Parts: sequence; structure tokens; C-alpha cells
Amino acid sequence: MRAESVVTPTTGIRPLVLGPSLTRAGVVLGFGTVLALVVMGVAVTAGSVGIDLGDTAGILGRRLLGLPIPVTWPASSETIIVDLRLPRVLTAMLVGGGLAIAGTVFQGLLRNPLADPYIIGTAAGASLGATLGIVAPLLVPALAVGAGTAWLGIGVVQLLAFAGGLGTVLLVYAIARGGGRVPVVTLLLTGYAVSAVLAAGVALLMFFSGRVLGAIFGWLMGSLAGASWSQLAFAAPLVGIGFVLLLVRWRRLNVLLLGDAQAAHLGVDVEREKLILTALASLTTSAAVAISGTIGFVGLVVPHVLRLATGPDHRLLLPASALYGAALLTLADLGARLAGGIPVGIVTALLGAPFFLWLLRRSRSVRAGLS
Amino acid sequence: MSIALELPATSAEPVEPLISVAGLLAGYALPGGRRREVLRGVDLDVAPGELVALLGTNGSGKTTLLRCLAGTLTPDGGSVTFGGRRLPEWRRDELARRVAVLPQQVDLPGGFRVAELVAMGRSPHAQRLFGSTAADERAIERALHDADASGLADRWVEELSGGERQRLLVAMALAQEPDLLLLDEPTLHLDLAHQVALLTAIRRLRNQRGMAVLAVLHDLNLAAAFAPRVAILDGGRVAADGPPGEVLTTDLVRRVFSVPVDEAWTKAGDRHLALRDAWSDESTPRPARLD
Repeated sequence: MRAESVVTPTTGIRPLVLGPSLTRAGVVLGFGTVLALVVMGVAVTAGSVGIDLGDTAGILGRRLLGLPIPVTWPASSETIIVDLRLPRVLTAMLVGGGLAIAGTVFQGLLRNPLADPYIIGTAAGASLGATLGIVAPLLVPALAVGAGTAWLGIGVVQLLAFAGGLGTVLLVYAIARGGGRVPVVTLLLTGYAVSAVLAAGVALLMFFSGRVLGAIFGWLMGSLAGASWSQLAFAAPLVGIGFVLLLVRWRRLNVLLLGDAQAAHLGVDVEREKLILTALASLTTSAAVAISGTIGFVGLVVPHVLRLATGPDHRLLLPASALYGAALLTLADLGARLAGGIPVGIVTALLGAPFFLWLLRRSRSVRAGLS
Repeated sequence: MSIALELPATSAEPVEPLISVAGLLAGYALPGGRRREVLRGVDLDVAPGELVALLGTNGSGKTTLLRCLAGTLTPDGGSVTFGGRRLPEWRRDELARRVAVLPQQVDLPGGFRVAELVAMGRSPHAQRLFGSTAADERAIERALHDADASGLADRWVEELSGGERQRLLVAMALAQEPDLLLLDEPTLHLDLAHQVALLTAIRRLRNQRGMAVLAVLHDLNLAAAFAPRVAILDGGRVAADGPPGEVLTTDLVRRVFSVPVDEAWTKAGDRHLALRDAWSDESTPRPARLD
């Protein structure tokens, strides 16, 4: 009879049991952090108005850290850095990180490598909300009185976009639910159908929008031109809470990759967990979209590439998505600003889509964790 | 070959059953609002540490019964009691610390190494937010060892053969350190050598760990050699339940499986059931005799 004490001290298992080796996690997250900080620095410094690096550092040090740095720059520089560029760069980081996290969660949850944060209706719902917010004062003149005012610093457009995104996902979820279960395929198809209906609504509103058509179009493309501290104060806590609550569920996300039945065998209350993950990812997405419009490809490409690079373990994938998503969108927005202020969504689509195609052709044999 | 049972095979006093099934009714919804009844009143008790083989024809309800026991299918009637509590009263993670399942089919995601997947078997026990405890790591190493998968620990999942995948799934279930292990056709896709190796390993583990095992099997002779108790499902009910020598009579097998069988004795004196004259249908040419 084999005694239990002969369990072999299998060397080399321990680091594996910890998941991705600590070195790999350290490299991925360390490089991501440095990259995000460097991109942030460059994006704050660069712009159509030349402010040199020393002045930028001085302004940031003085205003953010309260350092006693003598003022050697014109007041306009301080306004540009603190009131325009910094909130815009931070918004780009928040939106990019938030979309990438949500994309990671949806790709894992739906076991579909082509899922993005918008897949089950967030984008269509937010678009309809935002379009309504833009058009309503035009169609019903009485509303124009309150249209310019902001509630808690947030415009009507942002609030309607946020509510539209989150509300649509909950609607899609409720429709897809049958017999206490929400099959993934039904969820995807329902999301597609509901999105189509809402998109028709957006198109209808655009048809009657007259002179605000440009504003609607800009919003749909996704733009960070309207970034402000008050919008950040609205979205940052929502994205932050979403990120933390998703990150602590990494183990369940991993187990769900084994399929619903096996996840249940391993102790996951599958239907409840799917609802929680969907709600949290949609909260994150809707908060990001509310302050930026529907920016494409960040939430699709970043998780996809990281999954190829780091493997499917969500413990590493989620924080890495946040860092690289933040860096990527900040860089794209810098490009959009330097290209004369085009909507950043055009830049992400222009660069993201071909890159994604190249990746698809190259990575057929690479492990992605989603087959 | 005989393997000594370390647990009392027969004890004088009745043992409180680990899992108890009474009058279980279960089925599936069909399109058009109709239902297909699969289980029509199943009664079955499994004691702690007991090893039971579950036999029956295709569609007799073996997998359905296992799903009800695992709590992934809600029965239409009757009850399943585990550890003294009705199954619906168990939280999923609570149950997963006591019951492990080896399903017929699992879609294993690529990109993980074997040890990482086995570590997922620890998730119902997880105590640390991001890491694992020493107890987790001991359980994982022991599970890998017991499932004969230590050598696979740092292999990628997508590189495994069918037999290696099965050993990985066994290790994942063992990492849960269950009191009850449910196996749904564990020998599917395995060659004869691996079938015997897997079943021998499971019987040894059940002896070492004292866990109860309920295994759906197809091969009657393999089941008789493997389990001290077999239960036969037929038409959604337990048609027979007891030691294989008493249960697996030629009459019963003929009745349940609708095939004619004969008893045959090996030179060692073991009784086997042999298919009678499979080539009596004249359209199929009879193979040449080997003698």
C-alpha cells in the first residue's frame, strides 16, 4: 500500500501554482506602469501650444504636489496644463483602462475573443441616451432652458448616456433570461437585436437633428475634447469601483472559462456570477462612454493582445488591461490632438483595426485561452 | 489481483448515508412545452467511503442522476439529501468543498498549464484574495501525485492526449478534497490499459482518502471488477442494487440491455459475462475461429 507520505516534493510546481510566474507578472505590470507614466508625461507636455518640459514639470509640481516652485511661466501655460491637458490625459487613461477591463471581462465571460465592452448593448444604449440629450432641446424648445446647465457638474448628455448604456444592458439581460438561466448565445443575439433597434432610434434622431448633427456625429465617433475635472469626478469613482470589484472576482472569471457546468462543480453560482460580472463590466463601460462617446477597438484589441502575451489568467490580465488600455488611448488621443483635433475614435479605428487583422492572421496557433 | 479494503466493507450498525436519494423525478423540457421524464422515482443511498458503480443503457438516466446529485439540475420531485441537509439548502461553494465531479466532457481553455488548472480545483476553498495557502499547495501537489499527473504539472493543457486530460480532470477533482466523487464515464476515450489504470487508481484513492465514489460505467465486467456494489438504472428507476455477483445475473442483463449473454469463467475462477454469439445474424460474416 502506498503511504501518503511519499508525495513527491515536486520541485518547480510552486511558482506555477501561484499562476503566472512572479517574474512574468512583474515584467508585464512593471513595464505597463512605466509605459503609462511615460505616455502620460509626454501627452501632458505635447500639444499645439509649446510649453517646455521644465515649465510643465514646474506647473504640475506646484499645483498638484504643492511644491514651492518659483513661477517662471505665463499664467496661460498654467491654465492649459491644469485645466485642459491634464484632465484630458487623465480622462483618456480612465476611459482606456475602463474599456480594456470591461473588454477583458466580456471576452472571458462570453468565452468569445471577439467580444468588446459594447457587445451586449452598452454602446447603442449610451448613443441613444446621448443623442436624445443633444437633440431634445432642439425638438422641444422648453427643454433648451435647462440644457446648458449642469447637474453636479455633469451635463444632461453624459447622464443620459450613462443611464442609457447601463439600462440597455439590464434590459438585454432581462430579455435573454429564460427559466432562470441566461445562455451566452442568447445574450449575444439579444444584445445584437436590441442594439439594432436602438441604432435605428439614433438614426431617426440624427435625421431630425438639423444643425446639431455634427455634435451627435462627434459623440458617436468618440472624442475627449470635452474632458473636464467635473466629468472625471463623476466617472473616476464608478470606473474605479468597477475595476476593484471585478479584480477581486478573478478566480471566478478563471473558473468560468471551464464552462458553466464545471464552474458550478467548482463552487461558482454561475447565473448569479454572470449577472454580477455583466453589471460591473457594464457599469465601468457606461461610465467611460458617458464622458468620451463610443471609442472603438481599445476594449477589443488590448485584452486580446494581452491574452496572447500573458495567458488567460485574469489575476494578471485585469490589472495589465487597465495599464495598457490607459497608455494606448492616451497615445491615440495625443495623435488625435496633434492631427488637428479629430475625434480619437477615428484614430483608434484607423490604427486598431489593421493591427487587429494582422494579429488575427499571425496568432492562429497562439494560446489565447478562448478556443 | 485483489486489493485490500481498508474501510469496513460491511459494518454491523447502519451507517448514516452520505448522500440519500428518495423518489427522485427529473427530466428536461422539450420544445412545445412538453417534458421528457428521465428519472421516474430513483431511490439510492451511498454511505461515506462507499464505492458504487452505476450501470444502465444509454438514456436510462445515469448522467441525469449525477447532475441531480451534483446540484446542477433541479429535480421535478423527490429529494436529494447530502450530509444530512437537503441539496437546495447548500450554497454552491459549500457543496463544492464536499462534492467533486468528473464530467463526461469539459472544454479546457488553452493557455493554462496543468498545475494552474488543478489549482482551480482549490477555488471553493480559497482563503487568500490573490494567492494560495500552504494547505492549498499541499492539496494540489497531492492531487497531482494521486492522479499520476505530477509529470504533467508544467505541460500546456492543449498539448495533452486524451488520457492525460482525463488525469488532469481527476487531479482537479481531487484538489477539491471531496467526501464524494461523482464520475461520469471516466473511462470514455481511454484504451483498456488506461481504463484499468484509472479505475485502479480511483479505488486506491477512495481507500486512502476515505471518500465515497459513484461512477457511471459502461463495461459490466470492468464494473464488476472495480466496485463492491453496482446499481443498475433502467427506465428511470433502480432495477437492481447490490454486490456485482448477485446483481449482474444473465437474466437481468438480458432484460435490461436486451442482449443475450452467457456466464463465462476465467482460468483464475473469476466470473465474466460474455456476449452470446454476436454473429448469429447471417448477413455478417462470422470471423474465423482462432483454435
